[in-house]
Amino acid sequence: MSVSEIATGDADEQHTVAAATPAFEAAAARAAARRGLFMALPAYVYLVIFFAAPFAIVVIYSFATRTRTGGISLSGWNLDSYQRLGEQIVRDVLWRSLGLAILTTLICLLVAYPFAYYMTIVSTTARNVMLVMVMIPFWTNFLVRNYAWRLLLSSGGPLSSVTEAIGLGETDLLFTKTAVVIGLVYSFLPFMILPLYASIERIDHSLIEASRDLYANGAQTFRRVVLPLSMPGVIAGSILVFVPSLGAYVTPDILGGGKEVLLGSYIVTQFGTARNFPFGASLSVVLMVVMLTATVAYFRQGGRNL
Amino acid sequence: MTATPAVEIRGITKRFDDVVAVDAIDMQIANGEFFAMLGPSGCGKTTTLRMIAGLEFPTEGSLKIFGDEVGTLPPHKRPVNTVFQSYALFPHMNVLDNVAFGLRMNGVDRTTARRRASEMIALVRLSGMENRRPAQMSGGQQQRVALARALVNEPKVLLLDEPLGALDLKLRQDMQLELKELQRRLGISFVFVTHDQEEALTMSDRIAVMNDGRLLQVGTPEEIYERPANRFVADFIGTTNLLDGTVVDGSTVCLANGTRVAARSEHPAGTMVAVCLRPERARVVTAGDGTESGIGGVIDTVTYVGNARVYTVRLDWMQLRVREENRPGAAPRESGDPVSVTWDMNAVTVVTE
Repeated sequence: MSVSEIATGDADEQHTVAAATPAFEAAAARAAARRGLFMALPAYVYLVIFFAAPFAIVVIYSFATRTRTGGISLSGWNLDSYQRLGEQIVRDVLWRSLGLAILTTLICLLVAYPFAYYMTIVSTTARNVMLVMVMIPFWTNFLVRNYAWRLLLSSGGPLSSVTEAIGLGETDLLFTKTAVVIGLVYSFLPFMILPLYASIERIDHSLIEASRDLYANGAQTFRRVVLPLSMPGVIAGSILVFVPSLGAYVTPDILGGGKEVLLGSYIVTQFGTARNFPFGASLSVVLMVVMLTATVAYFRQGGRNL
Repeated sequence: MTATPAVEIRGITKRFDDVVAVDAIDMQIANGEFFAMLGPSGCGKTTTLRMIAGLEFPTEGSLKIFGDEVGTLPPHKRPVNTVFQSYALFPHMNVLDNVAFGLRMNGVDRTTARRRASEMIALVRLSGMENRRPAQMSGGQQQRVALARALVNEPKVLLLDEPLGALDLKLRQDMQLELKELQRRLGISFVFVTHDQEEALTMSDRIAVMNDGRLLQVGTPEEIYERPANRFVADFIGTTNLLDGTVVDGSTVCLANGTRVAARSEHPAGTMVAVCLRPERARVVTAGDGTESGIGGVIDTVTYVGNARVYTVRLDWMQLRVREENRPGAAPRESGDPVSVTWDMNAVTVVTE
C-alpha cells in the first residue's frame, strides 16, 4: 500500500485533491476503523477461541444439570448450582479467599510503594537495575519459584536456620497461611510495582516543591499531594494483584499444602474429584464477575495505568 | 537606608557536580522592592531564586532573609513563597483548596483558612471560581490562582519564577501592570526571574543582570540601560550597536577602522573597548553636509515600524542600526543613500568585555 493510499484510504479518488468534505472525512474514518480491525484481528481470533468461547461454555454449564455419573446434561436448566453458593462451607471458602486476596494486596502495596517511589528519584542507571531486579523472577518458571519457596520455608531450611542462629528458635512456616501470603506477595509484587512506578513517575516534581514551599513537611506532602496523585497506580496495581490472588491455585496448593480450601482449589475440586461441573462453573462465573466488576470500575473512574 | 534587607546574599555559590550554576554572588534586596533577576537561560537566575526559596541549598556562602541565616533551612521553614513557572497548581484540588493549602499546612483551622483563601481569591478577581479545578481554567486564571496561593500566606518575600512566560503578549502586559500594582499595595518584596529584558525594564525597581552564573550588574532599569557595566549587559538589554575600538584619551576612542570618535571613558589609553550606541541615540545626516564628526556609510535597509523608521547603515567594517522617529516633514531615506551617522558625546557609553 502506497503512502497516498494509506492517507486517503478507500475514499473516492476525486476527493483526494479537493477539500475534505464531511462525507470524505466519514469515509476516511471508516477506512481507518477497517484497517484497525484488520490489525487487531489475530488478537480477536485468539481471544474468541481461547477465552470467550470457553467462558461461554462455563456460563452454559453453570445452568445445566449434573448427571448421575458426573457428566453434563444440557437440559433441565436450573439455578441449583447458584443456590449452593449460599451454603456455609462455600461462603467460608469465598470469605477466606477474599480475606487472603485483600491481605496480599495490602502487603504488596506497603512493600511496593516505597520501592516504586525510590525508583523515581534515583539515577537512570540505578532505576534500570531496579527494574531488572523486579523482572528477573519472570525469567524462571512459576512452579519452580514456588517450589523454591517451599525449600526456603521448610523446617530445617535456610529461613529456619537463620531464626535459629539469632536465637528465635526453629520456624516452620511451610503449609501455613503465612507461607501462602508470602508466596502470593512474592509472585504478584511486580504487578504492583510497575503501575505504581508509572503513576508516581508522572507526578510533576514542581507540585512536590510547591507543597514544600507552602509549609507542608515531608509526611504532609506525601499524604496531601503524592498519594492522591498516584491513586491511579494504586488502584491499577491493587486490581492486578487482587484479581489473580483471589483465584490463586498453584501457590496455596504448593505452599499451603491445600490445608485451607481456597476458591481456586475448590473450583478445581469441583471439576476434578467431585465431578460437579455445574457447581464448578457457577463458582467460576462468580469469580469472573468479581474480577470484571473490579476492572470495569477501574476503567470507569478513568484509570489509564494498566 | 539602614533597614535590614529582605534578602541578603553573600558569596553564594551553587555547584551541581562539576557545573558551577551560581558563582560567588553578592546581592541585597531591600524590603518592598520589585527586584528582577534577568539573564539568558542557564545563567543561574532560577537557581538563585530556588536557593532563596530553599528548593536548592547553596554550596558556599551565606543567605539571610530579614537578617536570619536560612542557608540550609527546608522550604517550609522560610517566610517566603513561590509562584512557579508552570504554576504547579495541585490538579486534584479545586481553587479554594489550592489557595487554602499553605494556611492549612501552617496550622490555620479550616474555617479561617477558607475565609482567608476566599478573600485572596477575590483580590485576584477570581471570585465565583472557587470550586473549579485548575485544568478547567485558562492560563491567565491559573496564574492568578498561583499568585493567590502564594500571597495568602503573607510571605515576607514573594518569589516569582518566570510567572508570565506561558501567557500570550496581551495578557502578559496586563499581568505586568497588575503584578506591579499588587506589589505596591502589599508593600512586600517581589523577586522576579525573567529572561525578557523588556519585562524587567518595565516592572522592576532594580534589576540584576546575570550570565554564566555570575552577577554582572545590579541597578535601576535606567542605570542598566544607560550605563551598562560591560559588553554583555549592553548587548542583552535593548538593542544596541557595539563599535569595537581602543581608548585614545578620556574623550576619544579609535574605532576598528581607524576612525576617531568622541566617547567619554575612564579607561587608560590603549584599552580594548566597545562604544555602545543605542539606535535611537544615533542620527543619520546626509553625507557631505558639513558634519565632520560622523561615520560615513550607505543606507542598506529601511524598516517602517509605525512610530519610527529603522535603518541599517552599512559601514566599511560593520553595520549600524539607527532608529529615526517619524516626524512630519522628515524626508524618508532610501536604500543606497550615502549618509553619515553622528551622535552626541554623552549619548554613548564605553564598555569593556
